[in-house]
Amino acid sequence: MSHKESKQRGQIRQAPENFLSPDLINDLSTHGLDDKRRGFMRNGLLAALGGAVGVGSSLNAFANSEGDPAILEKQVWQTTLGKNVATMPYGVPSIYEANLIRRESPGLTRVSAASVAFTPLQGLFGIITPNGLHFERQHQGWYNIDPDKHRLMVNGLVKHNRVFTMNDLMRLPSVSRIHFIECGANTGLEWGNVAVPTVQYTHGMLSCCEFTGVPLAVLLEECGADLKKGKYLLAEGGDGSGMTRTINLEDMLNEVIVAWGMNGEMLRPENGFPLRLVVPGVQGVSWVKWLRRLEVGDMPYATKDEAVHYNDLMPSGLSRQYTSIQECKSVITTPSGGQQLLEKGFYNVTGLAWSGRGKIRRVDVSFDGGNNWKTARLETPVLSKALTRFNIDWVWDGSPAILQSRAIDDTGYVQPPIKMLRDVRGTRSIYHNNAIQSWKVESNGEVSNVQVG
Amino acid sequence: MCKLAKLFILFFMSSVLALSVNAYAETSASQRYVGIGRDANPAEVAAWDIDVRPDFKGLPKGSGSVEQGQKVWEARCASCHGTFAESNEVFTPIVGGTTPDDIKTGRVASLSDRKQPQRTTLMKVATVSSLWDYIHRAMPWNAPRSLSDDDTFAVVAYLLNLAEVVPDDFILSNDNIAEVQKRMPNRNGMTLKHGLWSSKGQPDVHASACMNNCVPFVQIGSTLPDYARNAHGNIAEQNREYGPYRGADTTKPPLSSLPGSNMVAATAHPKVQTVEDLFKENNCSACHAKSSKLVGPSLIDIANKYRGQAGVEDKLVAKVKAGGSGVWGVIPMPANSQVSDESLHQIVHWILNDQ
Repeated sequence: MSHKESKQRGQIRQAPENFLSPDLINDLSTHGLDDKRRGFMRNGLLAALGGAVGVGSSLNAFANSEGDPAILEKQVWQTTLGKNVATMPYGVPSIYEANLIRRESPGLTRVSAASVAFTPLQGLFGIITPNGLHFERQHQGWYNIDPDKHRLMVNGLVKHNRVFTMNDLMRLPSVSRIHFIECGANTGLEWGNVAVPTVQYTHGMLSCCEFTGVPLAVLLEECGADLKKGKYLLAEGGDGSGMTRTINLEDMLNEVIVAWGMNGEMLRPENGFPLRLVVPGVQGVSWVKWLRRLEVGDMPYATKDEAVHYNDLMPSGLSRQYTSIQECKSVITTPSGGQQLLEKGFYNVTGLAWSGRGKIRRVDVSFDGGNNWKTARLETPVLSKALTRFNIDWVWDGSPAILQSRAIDDTGYVQPPIKMLRDVRGTRSIYHNNAIQSWKVESNGEVSNVQVG
Repeated sequence: MCKLAKLFILFFMSSVLALSVNAYAETSASQRYVGIGRDANPAEVAAWDIDVRPDFKGLPKGSGSVEQGQKVWEARCASCHGTFAESNEVFTPIVGGTTPDDIKTGRVASLSDRKQPQRTTLMKVATVSSLWDYIHRAMPWNAPRSLSDDDTFAVVAYLLNLAEVVPDDFILSNDNIAEVQKRMPNRNGMTLKHGLWSSKGQPDVHASACMNNCVPFVQIGSTLPDYARNAHGNIAEQNREYGPYRGADTTKPPLSSLPGSNMVAATAHPKVQTVEDLFKENNCSACHAKSSKLVGPSLIDIANKYRGQAGVEDKLVAKVKAGGSGVWGVIPMPANSQVSDESLHQIVHWILNDQ
C-alpha cells in the first residue's frame, strides 16, 4: 500500500489501520504487540481518526487494545442525517462495488460493436444476474428501439401471416421462468491452453434471469402454424445485423418464450429491448434480440451464424453444424483465478452449475486437483435449465491446493475433464467447452487459472 | 375481399372501436385471442421476409458479374475487408485457404491442417445461400441493407472468383446459383452427426463420477504465462476491495507470503467520465481506432495530419458535425449533429493532443 494510492481514493476513505506503516504492520504480525509497539499503534490511530470514516477489516491486535475504532468511535453515518428517498430515482450499486462491472477481454475483438463484455461472476451471489451485469454479445452494435415502432411478424408455414405490436403481445397470457443463458463460445479461449486469468473471462458469457413473456407455442397456435411440416423456426432480429438463427421446433417448442421481461423490468436495450427470444438450454446466439420475425419452415436455414460461425471444427476437418445445446457444466466462482486469499482457515467455497438438458442433480468439489471429491450442498431453487448455486466448507491449511467442481445433471451426464473433450474434439472447435475448471491456490494465497492432465 | 369486408363490418357492429382504427384486415376465424394482432399484408411480408435458404427459397431474381462485383467491392467493402477480401485488419479474412482440389472434393483440406493460421469464410462456408443472405441483410457493416439484389449477386460472384470457384467473366444469377453450389469448396464439410442439436441428443464423452483416488498423479498441463499476468488489467481492481476474496495486484509480482487480514485492497477509483468514454458513447469508435485504420482513418493519422494547424479544432468540429468524404477516401462519414458542441470540442481536442 503506497500513500500515493491512498490519495487517489476519492470518496472511499482509508480504514484507520492503513495509517500504520507497512513496516509496522509486518512487525506486528511477526512479533505481536508489546508496549513499545502498542504505543506506536495508538499514535497511528489517533492520527488516522482525525478525519477517517473507516471501514474494513480490523487488526486481530484490537483484541489486546482498547478495541476496534469501527465500534468505539461514532461513525458519520450514525451521527448525521442520511440522504432523502429517491435521491437516486433509479438505484445503483454502492460506490464500494465499483470494481464489479462488465468488462471486455483486451485483444479478443477488434471492433467494439462486434464484441463481448463478460459478467463478473467472481463477485455475484445466488443464481440471478443483476440486469446491469448481464453479459453482452453484440454483432453489429445495439440500439434503443422505440417499442411503439417495434413489430413481431409470424409467417411461413402458418395459416395466417400475423403482425403483433408490443401492445398486442403484452396482452397475451404470459409466463415467468428462470433460465440461464450461455454463449456457445463461453470458455472457448481455453480449448488449447490457459489463456485468461479470471472466471469473468473464462466463464463470464453466462447469466441467469427470470424472463417474462408469451410462450412461443401460444403465438404459433394463434397463427395456425403447421407443426407437422414445420419442424424448424427461423428467428430474426430487427437490428442492422438482422441476426437469424434456426430453432429446432421438434423439441424446443414447449419451452421457448417470446420475452419482454427480465428480472421484473423490461429487457435492457443491450439485451434486446423490447423483445427477445428465450430458448432454454440453447446457446445465447439463438436467443435472438430485438426479435422482429418468426418464420415456420421445413428445413434449417444455414444462416451466417450457422454456416460460418458457431460450428464446432473437429480434428477430421468436418464441422459440426447446428450445435446448440449447452451441456452440463460448473465452475467455482470464489475462490477463483486472480483472487488473493489473505489468511488460512475457514472458507465457504461457492460456485455455479447448469445444464442445457435439465436440472442439476449433484455437484462434487475436489481440493486436490481431481484425486478426491466431496459432494457440495445445492442451494434452492434447483430449476431446469437454470443456474444452480452450490456451496461447500473448506478449511485451508495454507498449503498449495487445486480446486475443481464437477456437475452431474438429471440425465446422469457427468461434466468431463478437458483432456477427455480434447481426445474427441481436438483443440480448435472454439464452441461448447464444458470442461472441469481448475483453480490453483498458492501458499501465498494467490489463486490462478491452471489446467490439469 | 368480400370476406374481409364482412369481417370489418362484424368488428364495427361489435363495437370493438379500438380495433377499427386499424387499417389492415383482422382475421378472427382461427384466433383464440380476440382483438390481438392482425394479418400481415403482402407488402409487409415481402419487406421483411428476406431470408434465403440453402434450397434458394427466398432468393430474388437478379444477376451480377464478377466485374461489377469488383466495382461494388472496392467502393463499399474493401475498406474493411481489403481489396482481395484477404485483409485481417478489422475482421477475419473472407478469401484464402481453399484450392482447386477442394472445389472437386467439396472438402477444404486446410481445415484439418493444425498449422493453418486462419480459417477464412470461404474455407468454412458450405452453402452459397449463406453468403448471399448475409451480405444482403447485414452488409456493409456501417450501412446494412443498402446493397441492391443485383449488387449482392455481383459481390458474391466477385468473392467466388477470388477463390477461383467461378471464372473472371462469370455472371451469377438466380438461374445458375444452384450450379455454383456444386463447386463450393467446403460443401461436404458439415455434419449433423452430433448430440448438440436435439435435447435428446447423445453426448460424445462419458466421464466418471469417481470420488476417491481418481487421479493418483495430478499434473499441471497449462498455466497463465508470467508475461500475461497484467494483460487483462489489474485484477485487484476487478474484485471487491473488502471481504475474503480480494483480487491479486497484478501490476506487481506475486506476494512472497500470505498477506494476512491487513492487506489493503487495491483502490477503486470512482468512475469519472473521460473523453475516451465520450468517443465510445458517441459511436466514433465504431469506425475509428487509435492506431489502425478501420472504416475511417486512425486517430494517430488524423492527429499527424492536422496537429498544429491554425484554427484546426473548430474546423474539425464542423467537419465531424456535418459529415462528408474525400479527405481519407470515398467512404463517407455520417453527420454527427446529435453530439453536443462541447463534447465534439473535447473529442477533437483529445484526438489532436492527448490520446
